Amino acid sequence: MSALDAVGTTAEPDAEPTGEAGLGPWAAAWRRLRRNPSGIVGAVIVLLFVLVAVLAPVLAPYRPATGQWFGEVTPTSVPGPSAEHVLGLDSFGSDLLTQLLYGARSSLVIGVVSTAVGLAVGAVLGILAGGLGGWVDTVIMRIVDVLLSIPSLLLAVSVAALLGRNAVSIMLAISAAQVPIFARLLRASLLAQRGQDYVVALRSLGLRRRRIVVGHMLPNALGPVLVQATLVLATAVIEVAALSFLGLGAADPAVAEWGRMLVTAQGRLEQAPQLAVYPGLAIAVTALGFTLLGEALREALDPRSDR
Amino acid sequence: MTPTPQTTPPAGARPLLEVEDLRVRFSRRGQPATTAVDGVSFSVDAGEVVGLVGESGCGKSVTSLAVMGLLPSRGTRVTGSVRFDGTELLTMAPGQLAARRGKDLAMVFQDPMTSLNPVLTLGRQLTEVLRAHTDLDRAARKAEALDLLGRVGIPDPRRRLGEYPHQLSGGMRQRVLIAIALACSPRLIIADEPTTALDVTIQAQVLDLLTTLVRESGTAMVLITHDLGVVAGTCDRVNVLYAGRVVESASRQDLFARPRHRYTSGLLAAVPRVDAPEGTPLQPVRGTVRDRLEWDAGCAFLPRCGRGDGACRTGGIPLAPTDADRARHPDHEARCVHPAGATT
Repeated sequence: MSALDAVGTTAEPDAEPTGEAGLGPWAAAWRRLRRNPSGIVGAVIVLLFVLVAVLAPVLAPYRPATGQWFGEVTPTSVPGPSAEHVLGLDSFGSDLLTQLLYGARSSLVIGVVSTAVGLAVGAVLGILAGGLGGWVDTVIMRIVDVLLSIPSLLLAVSVAALLGRNAVSIMLAISAAQVPIFARLLRASLLAQRGQDYVVALRSLGLRRRRIVVGHMLPNALGPVLVQATLVLATAVIEVAALSFLGLGAADPAVAEWGRMLVTAQGRLEQAPQLAVYPGLAIAVTALGFTLLGEALREALDPRSDR
Repeated sequence: MTPTPQTTPPAGARPLLEVEDLRVRFSRRGQPATTAVDGVSFSVDAGEVVGLVGESGCGKSVTSLAVMGLLPSRGTRVTGSVRFDGTELLTMAPGQLAARRGKDLAMVFQDPMTSLNPVLTLGRQLTEVLRAHTDLDRAARKAEALDLLGRVGIPDPRRRLGEYPHQLSGGMRQRVLIAIALACSPRLIIADEPTTALDVTIQAQVLDLLTTLVRESGTAMVLITHDLGVVAGTCDRVNVLYAGRVVESASRQDLFARPRHRYTSGLLAAVPRVDAPEGTPLQPVRGTVRDRLEWDAGCAFLPRCGRGDGACRTGGIPLAPTDADRARHPDHEARCVHPAGATT
């Protein structure tokens, strides 16, 4: 004892083993996440993306989609970088940097809202299927199977085409493609919990099934779903761009949107490649950020990564 | 078919738990059905500690799960009768049975490492039972949880309430599970190998705690174990299970002093002794549970028994007092044609 004290160990009378210095499972995962370099890179990108989206009106030098310098754009040339326009103008005569910053806005709003909707609906279906089992499970999972058999972009395109061209229908289109992913994942995750000892122990205490599923199994099953949600956000950002690239995006030209910027850049690819490069980069980097963060989350939430 | 055991409780009192001719069959498509429990009968009086002893695969745990109604409904057939305080549990509606679980009868499980929910605090898990079965408000539930943790000997309970299972040692976790089982003062606790997963040094402590608590509160307990040492220290009555049937039922003293069934005597002889001369070979019971006869064809233990003969090859050997016990120990019953020590 005295030897230990001499080394400078705190004289903790309690000899209980404490896993990661007395942290709860979520706190421990958070700590593992902070120690993962690629996770930090991902988090920084995501944070920047969110900041840009939220602060676009403050950061942007001009108002978006004004077309007020349309006179400077000729059929054969688009003005490049200058003192007033750091990245130059776009083909409609608006400031390119402003368009890019505001583009982050619509990507974020549509991406987050559609993922939230997809997660919520998918989670309800997954809980019903995984928690109740039996014929409810069979019916829900067959429907999910059918939805999964359609490529997600095709599903999104069909829904967007059905609902018309506005922001809400794009969100619904993208979330429709996500619902089956979340439903299937959460169901599988819940099924894995169903055979656990603690579930039998809870049943032996006479707890209601709803309480066991929602209060106990769900928190245990949530990890993979969180990871998937982050990864799906990356897909959503790409899908938002893809939909407007295909002409199914928001019809309002006053809303800056990366996907549509790509489309309009197509015609001037040779004379002004920057018009395609910047929004393309923005999409790629944002998607990369969410993917890195998602992968880091996966590692952090994996119970086997304790060591 | 077999007479029910004559474990008449004192002065006309009804046993708290009566298990009669309990049978559990598991069937899977494409496979022959297996009978895990094959006509188990025993009873537990209020406040009594009854042991169910047997080796792996003899049906101990399945019996306890069947009593609690926790077996999966699909592919399982449970017949016979389980009466708790006179009420039949096997035919009870699932919702009604769930309302009694945790309140009237509770269970302590074998593995404390996996029987607690890893992502919820101990406080949440302790108050959960109280929430389900009592009208206590939040503050009262927390106070009760603190008190429970103190009663099971967990130091600094206030801090522990906010901690997670992985922050506790196995022994501590088993104490928490005991606290949870005792939370609503059940009248019967089924402890399924409560100390098997623990270190030997902790085993004694936890067992001690469990028996002290049930004795103090007058709770009856069914203690399921494969460890005769555990039985010797705790139980009032012991039922020895073999191949899904009770083969011997006796008070603890009678069982250890005069084991009648050849399986029981074999088990007792197999316990290594510290005072045996050095070099004395261990005496295992030969074979495994798989070498068995169907009970309908005779004694299931016959293939492993050193004493058996043709007389053992008749079905329906009754669980009854042996000739030697009939007069003085009528509640000592064995299911054996050639009981040990029959000459005394």
